[in-house]
Amino acid sequence: MHGYQFSLGSARLTALPSGALWWSEEGLLCVSDLHFGKSARFARLRGQMLPPYENRDTLERLERDILKLNPAQVICLGDSFDDMKALDEMDDSDHMWLTCLMAGRRWTWIEGNHDPGPVGIGGVHRAEQTLRDLTFRHIADPDKSLEISGHFHPKAQISAKGRSLSRPCFLIDAERVILPAFGTFTGGLRSDAAVLQEIMSPSAIAVLCGTKAQAMPMKRVL
Amino acid sequence: MNILPEKFQRWFDKKGWVLHPHQQKLLQLSQDPCALLIAPTGGGKTLAGFLPSLIELQNGGEGLHTLYVSPLKALAADIKRNLSKPVEEMALPIRVEDRTGDTPYSKRQRQRADPPDILLTTPESLALLLSYEDAPRMFKSLKRIIVDEIHALAESKRGDQMMLCLARLQSLAPGLRRTGLSATVEDPPALGHFLAQHPAQATIHHADPGPDPDISILDTKAIPPWNGAGAHYAIPEVLEQVKAAETTLIFINTRAQAELFFRALWVANEDGIPIGLHHGSLSREARVKVEAAMVASQLRAIVCTGTLDLGIDWGNVDLVIQIGAPKNVKRLVQRIGRANHRYNAPSKALLVPANRFEVLECRAALEAVRAYDLDGEPRGRGPRDVLCQFILMTACSGPFAADDLFAEARSAGPYHDLSRAEFDDCLTFCATGGYALRAYDQWKRLLQENNRYRLRDPRSAARIRMNLGTIVDTETLDVRLKNRRGGKALGEVEESFAATLVPGDTFLIGGEVVTYAGLREMTVEVTREQRKKPKIAVFSGTKFSSSTLLSHRVLAKLQAPDWPELPAHTSNWLQLQRQMSAMPQPDRLLVEGFALDGREFSCFYGFAGRNALQTLGLLITRRMENKGLHPLGFVSTDYALLIWGLEALPDPAPLLARDGMIEGLETWLAENAVMKRSFRNVATIAGLIDRNMPGKRKTGRQATFSSDILYDTLRKYDPDHLLLRLTREEAMRGLVDFGRVEEMLGRINGKVDYVRAPGVTPLAAPLLLEIGKVPIRGQAEEKVLADAAEAMMQAAGLA
Repeated sequence: MHGYQFSLGSARLTALPSGALWWSEEGLLCVSDLHFGKSARFARLRGQMLPPYENRDTLERLERDILKLNPAQVICLGDSFDDMKALDEMDDSDHMWLTCLMAGRRWTWIEGNHDPGPVGIGGVHRAEQTLRDLTFRHIADPDKSLEISGHFHPKAQISAKGRSLSRPCFLIDAERVILPAFGTFTGGLRSDAAVLQEIMSPSAIAVLCGTKAQAMPMKRVL
Repeated sequence: MNILPEKFQRWFDKKGWVLHPHQQKLLQLSQDPCALLIAPTGGGKTLAGFLPSLIELQNGGEGLHTLYVSPLKALAADIKRNLSKPVEEMALPIRVEDRTGDTPYSKRQRQRADPPDILLTTPESLALLLSYEDAPRMFKSLKRIIVDEIHALAESKRGDQMMLCLARLQSLAPGLRRTGLSATVEDPPALGHFLAQHPAQATIHHADPGPDPDISILDTKAIPPWNGAGAHYAIPEVLEQVKAAETTLIFINTRAQAELFFRALWVANEDGIPIGLHHGSLSREARVKVEAAMVASQLRAIVCTGTLDLGIDWGNVDLVIQIGAPKNVKRLVQRIGRANHRYNAPSKALLVPANRFEVLECRAALEAVRAYDLDGEPRGRGPRDVLCQFILMTACSGPFAADDLFAEARSAGPYHDLSRAEFDDCLTFCATGGYALRAYDQWKRLLQENNRYRLRDPRSAARIRMNLGTIVDTETLDVRLKNRRGGKALGEVEESFAATLVPGDTFLIGGEVVTYAGLREMTVEVTREQRKKPKIAVFSGTKFSSSTLLSHRVLAKLQAPDWPELPAHTSNWLQLQRQMSAMPQPDRLLVEGFALDGREFSCFYGFAGRNALQTLGLLITRRMENKGLHPLGFVSTDYALLIWGLEALPDPAPLLARDGMIEGLETWLAENAVMKRSFRNVATIAGLIDRNMPGKRKTGRQATFSSDILYDTLRKYDPDHLLLRLTREEAMRGLVDFGRVEEMLGRINGKVDYVRAPGVTPLAAPLLLEIGKVPIRGQAEEKVLADAAEAMMQAAGLA
């Protein structure tokens, strides 16, 4: 596994190239911002008919990590569903697929701004979740420490040899981790955006997703 | 016979004007359902178009009578000024108004409720008008439509959209008569077919083209270099010409070259002759300022790109200089027409080849102009992404029957052979998205009731209207001087170019060198840099390919025994090629092989244009890889393709076999950035994704995601989706230019001559100088990323 290993508090964590976070001691897999049901919401509210394949693509990639690691526990860090109607509109087969992935493991839905209430698919529903010295929440809280969050969809840009590449990324410093969005139809916020610069310490690094997790300094505003 | 009413005749007499023959002809044709006037620029073409309307309206009219559509907003405003003269001086009861994206909202509202007699507008504004529920009422009185610069519209999807809108107008106003105004084109009947309501024909009238242009190649003291596109060697002579002329337009093919040439001109401009710069990357204010200075005769010359191919007539322009090979004879003729808009005076034009090979190409172009031989690729079928937008536009204005709309679309020239299956494909896409997975049954965009289609949610009309139009801008960022409150706007650069900049990089914009300071929100902030040379000047990647006609003419020229019409430096170079190797021939493919510095080079003289030879390079190097020949790289120009590697080619012929070539192309293409770019265009026009609203883009972009994700998703789960098929068709025609690869393969018909030369051949030498400008691509991406990240970690003390 080409993960990037690092410590947060007493925990040894691995940032996976898929965009998921792995805590092997606890057998815990954490993903953020799955945004199930995005295309259906766009069709309903905007009359914009996006390709309706993001649920199965997200499930496929989630399944890959689950089969490889067989986690005892999965935490979804919020915005798992693009809105509260997303689950009702989900394809039967995708619904079944998700249920199968959840079977036999402790599954926690952290609430996000897109899905701020209980979802009708089982698992535990929480505003936030603490495990040992780490807290899992949707949006980072600059006043707290040792937290794992999502929400911002960070991405990093790297320029080399006259070309520029942009990838979803983890942002990591001594106090917190911000996860990239795992969902297929998600954009990104550049890591040099002011809001991210304020939350993360100057020594923060970005770990780029892709075929291998690649660490680099977080892009700073000059 | 006097065709002019008395009032008009008196006005002409007072002005001391005589009716031009083509103005008279258009008056005679005024009741014709479709008339097309082909005239060189100038010569009262626009007045010819409007005279029939002015006469019909001399005693007043009821409702909107005439619609004038031009590709340029500025033209609409200019014509409004010009029309006000006859209207006021003859006291005609005619209201003339313009309507473009710049017209204030309140005025636009009023125009819909109470339209003027004559409305001047653009294709995009017309599409918007047609999307409103009150379109039938507004247009039912329409009698005439004048489409100006139709030759320019016909070259892009804007023309296809325009013709569909014309079909719609014709349904709303069945007696509508069409008039097209065009510059010189290679195939007038094709343009007539494009304009007329199918299957009717346009009546075509050719105005007297006036005297032949006075065109020659600029004599210079310095010899043109072996490669490059800058033509800076010719600066002293260009300045001399500018001094001798009243006003000069200096055309250059790309924006970056225009910037560099402008700067070089000013460095040598010791007399401080006023010279301006005009291109599409400059801020609107900067361009408007230059245009105003031109109107006020404050400038002696403008360095410009295609942005001034069309536009307001400046009567005092008496010289056109084309820097670099014109690549296309028709465009050259139209540019030459920009000089001297006074009727019956010859236009004066000078060609400046940028390098040795272009000497040949300029000469070929000059001979083509003298022989009235114009080029132009035949227009393809009407693109279906534009049809999708048309269906959505129609749905915005009210329910429609599929049969009626199909018939309407087929009455537009570009869509005359549209099949019902193709139409239904587009209709399904508009209604449901057209995915193999049947989703959204409850959230369809269009609902079908009693054989009529309508928008499910009327509120979605606003989104569709916002996305009307077929011009898809590349994502650009504003460039501004850095200061606390956002400094002066200098222009814009493509986002992909901005992303490659690191603070401290210098580049040219608006004729000045600036240093990149950083990105603030969606603005590139720069500081002025007086001393340094610009590091980078490339901010527009598009390069024209030489047209098929020019390529063939150049090939034909090479067959001559000698070239007395060419300067000695060029003819000696060609003679040397003949001695050392062989001359490329039209009906065979010359391939040269030679070794240099431990590498093996192969040069294919395809003469098929830069884009097609680039595609051929990709296909051939793939085949070489499969054969274990390990190519290392290639570079292409308009006339040849140079491939290098470690091993010599045993026999080039099998590499060019047609079998399997198209399949190889499809596999390669699917992964390519060209496809993703084409997909973005197609998806935006067809209404799948929203166009970028300049300046209105959110800064926090987690809500929007790139069209690349949609492309990848469709390829994986729905590879036969309509938009992917359209994307493939578009890429093959455009940047891939596969049609010209096939033209070349057909021309040589398997006859390949392989010459093993003792060393670099004269014709191949300029290509060697191009090497090193080729960016790495493909699998190397991960490695570049890892190396760069590693280096940054080390620099930051983190590794």
